[in-house]
Amino acid sequence: MSILVFAENIEGTYKKSSFEAVAYATKIAAGSQQKVIAVSLGLMDGKQLEELARYGADKVIAVADSRLNNFDAKAYATVIAQVAAAEGSNTIIISNTYGGKSIAPRVAVKLNAGIVSGVISYPDHSAGFKVRKTVFSGKAFADVTIATANKVLAITPNSFSVATTEKAAEITEFSATLSDNDFGTKSIEVKRVSGKIPLTEAEVVVSGGRGLKGPENWNIIEELAEVLGAATACSKPVSDMHWRPHSEHVGQTGITIKPDLYFACGISGAIQHLAGVSSSKVIVAINKDPEAPFFKAADYGIVGDVFDVLPKITAAARKLKASQN
Amino acid sequence: MKILVCISNVPDTTTKIAFTDNNTKFNTTGVQYIINPYDELALTKALEITEKLQGSVTVINVGLADTEPNIRKALAIGAQDAIRVNAHPEDATFVAAQIAAVAKAENFDLILTGRESIDYNSGQVYGLLAEMLGWPSVNVINTLDIENGVATMERDIDGGREVVTCALPFVASAQKELAEPRIPNMRGIMAARTKPLKVLEPVALNAYTQTPSFELPQPKAGCKMIDADKAEQLIDLLHNEAKII
Ligand SMILES: Cc1cc2nc3c(=O)[nH]c(=O)nc-3n(C[C@H](O)[C@H](O)[C@H](O)COP(=O)(O)OP(=O)(O)OC[C@H]3O[C@@H](n4cnc5c(N)ncnc54)[C@H](O)[C@@H]3O)c2cc1C
Ligand SMILES: Nc1ncnc2c1ncn2[C@@H]1O[C@H](COP(=O)(O)O)[C@@H](O)[C@H]1O
Repeated sequence: MSILVFAENIEGTYKKSSFEAVAYATKIAAGSQQKVIAVSLGLMDGKQLEELARYGADKVIAVADSRLNNFDAKAYATVIAQVAAAEGSNTIIISNTYGGKSIAPRVAVKLNAGIVSGVISYPDHSAGFKVRKTVFSGKAFADVTIATANKVLAITPNSFSVATTEKAAEITEFSATLSDNDFGTKSIEVKRVSGKIPLTEAEVVVSGGRGLKGPENWNIIEELAEVLGAATACSKPVSDMHWRPHSEHVGQTGITIKPDLYFACGISGAIQHLAGVSSSKVIVAINKDPEAPFFKAADYGIVGDVFDVLPKITAAARKLKASQN
Repeated sequence: MKILVCISNVPDTTTKIAFTDNNTKFNTTGVQYIINPYDELALTKALEITEKLQGSVTVINVGLADTEPNIRKALAIGAQDAIRVNAHPEDATFVAAQIAAVAKAENFDLILTGRESIDYNSGQVYGLLAEMLGWPSVNVINTLDIENGVATMERDIDGGREVVTCALPFVASAQKELAEPRIPNMRGIMAARTKPLKVLEPVALNAYTQTPSFELPQPKAGCKMIDADKAEQLIDLLHNEAKII
C-alpha cells in the first residue's frame, strides 16, 4: 500500500502547494507501513525532482513525457491513475489548486474512489476515515467520512505546514500509455501575471475596498504588499468597477483565501466578503468607521483614514524588514 | 447545439449559517434557496450561445420537489426545458452519476456547470461527470466562443489565465466573468409555467461519502484596537505578539 501525491509544477518549478501535499502525505504515512510516492508530470530538472524527497517522498516517479508539459485534465488524470495502479496506491493526495481541482475528481472516477476536496485536516481514523473541510465559503466546517477503499483528498493550499528532511528518495521513470484520445484540450496561450505571488498561495495578503476611493490610490496597498512580500486582493465592488482585476476579488463569489495575515483596508466587512477571508490566521482591519462590521471579525483594528494609516504601517514594516536582513 | 446546464439549489448568500440536532444537520429554518450564482452564469452563457448558433438549453437538477421553484426560475430566464432527478443530492459522486445517466441517454454537445456550489464548495461535479462520460473538462472558464464545433475559452489558472481550445462535446465550469446574470421578465415567467419539466427517478448508487457533523468556527477572541496616531505599533504587535511577520 502507498500514498500517491501529485506534484504539480508550473513551467518546470514545483509549486509550494506541491511540497505541502508531499509533507501532508508524509505525515499520514508516519507510523504506518505506507510509502509516500510523488508523481511528477512533464519534463523536469533532476534537481527539482530531488526537492520532492526533501519534503518526505520515499519515491519520486517522473513521467518525462513532453506531451505532458502542458496541463490537460484528462491526460493528467489518466497518467495519475496508471501510476496509482502500478504502485498499488489507495490514497491519492492532490492540492486543491485550479489545476488540482480539475484532476482530482477525474482520478476519483478512474479509481472508483470517494473524494473530498477543500480538506483542512489530517485524516482521523478513530471511526472509519474522516477529514474536515470548509463549507459555506468558510463560514463553517464539515466532517466528511469516506466509505470506499480508495480515497482522493484534495487539500487546501496554505493549510498544512511543511518540514524538510535530508532524505534521499529513489527517483524512477514511468512511461505512461497515452493516445491522442486521452488529451482533451489544447493550450493556445498562457498569460501569467508575472512577478506576483498567486493569491491562493500568499502568506500575507493586503486587500483594499471601496474606501480606497479609486484605482489611482492603489499604490499605498501595493507598497505595503511589496514590503511584506504579500499578494494584493480587493472586495467585489472594486473589481466590478474595474479598479482592480477580477482575479483579485475575494469572498463568497470570488476566491477563498486563508493566508497567515490579511489586511482589510477600507472594506466594510460584509458577510459575503468575510466568507472568503475569515479563515485567515490573523486579520487586521483598517476603517474610518468604528462601527464597521470588519472589526468584529478582526484580531487587530485601527479606526482611521487609510490614506493616513497605511503609509505609517508601511514605513514601520520597512524598518522591521531592514532590521531582519 | 444542445446544451445541458446543471443547476444546484443553495442557500442565499446572506444566510446565517447554523446547525441543529447536535451539529449534525444544516438548519434550514427560514433559509431562502437560490440557483447557485455560478450556475446562473452558466445558464446565461448557454442562452447566449444558442441565440447565436441556434439550439436549445436544458437545465438539470438533482433534488427533491422543493427545488422546483428554482428550476422554474431557470425556465423563466430562458431554458427550453428542464429535468429534475428526484433524489436528495447525497454527495458529488451521486449527483454526477445521475447527470451522467441522463446525458448518456441524450446527445448534448456541451454541458455547463458552475465552478462550485456555494454551500459545500466541492467543485467536483463537473470533473466527475466529464470522467464518467469520457469527455474532456475545462474548469473555471471566463469566456466561451464556439466555432465549427471547437470552443475557445479563457480559464483561470494559478497565477494567471490560459486560453485553451477543446472540441465538442465537453464539460466546462463557469467562473464569474463568463456572463452577466439575466433577470427573468414577465413574459419569461408566464412561459416558464408551461415549459416541460420532466421528473426522472434516480439510478441506484450508494454515496461514497457522508457528512456526519458540522462545526462553526470559533469566534475571534476580540479585536485589539490600535490608535490611528500610533499605527506603526501594529507592526510591532504583528511581529512580537502575533509572531506572524
Ligand atoms: C450574491 C452576492 C455575492 C457577493 N459576493 C461578494 C464577494 O465575494 N466579495 C465581496 O467583497 N463582496 C461580495 N458581495 C458584496 C458585499 O455584500 C459588499 O457589498 C461588499 O463586500 C462591499 O465592499 P467594500 O467593503 O469594498 O465597500 P463598502 O461596503 O462601500 O465599504 C467601504 C468601507 O470603507 C470605509 N472607508 C471609506 N473611506 C475610508 C477611508 N478613507 N479610510 C478608511 N476606511 C474608509 C467605509 O467606512 C466602509 O466601511 C456580494 C454580494 C452579493 C449580494
Ligand atoms: N444537485 C445538483 N443538481 C444539478 N447540478 C448540480 C448539483 N450539485 C452540483 N451541481 C453542479 O455542479 C457544480 C459544482 O458543484 P459542486 O461540485 O457541488 O461544488 C454546480 O455549480 C452545479 O452546476
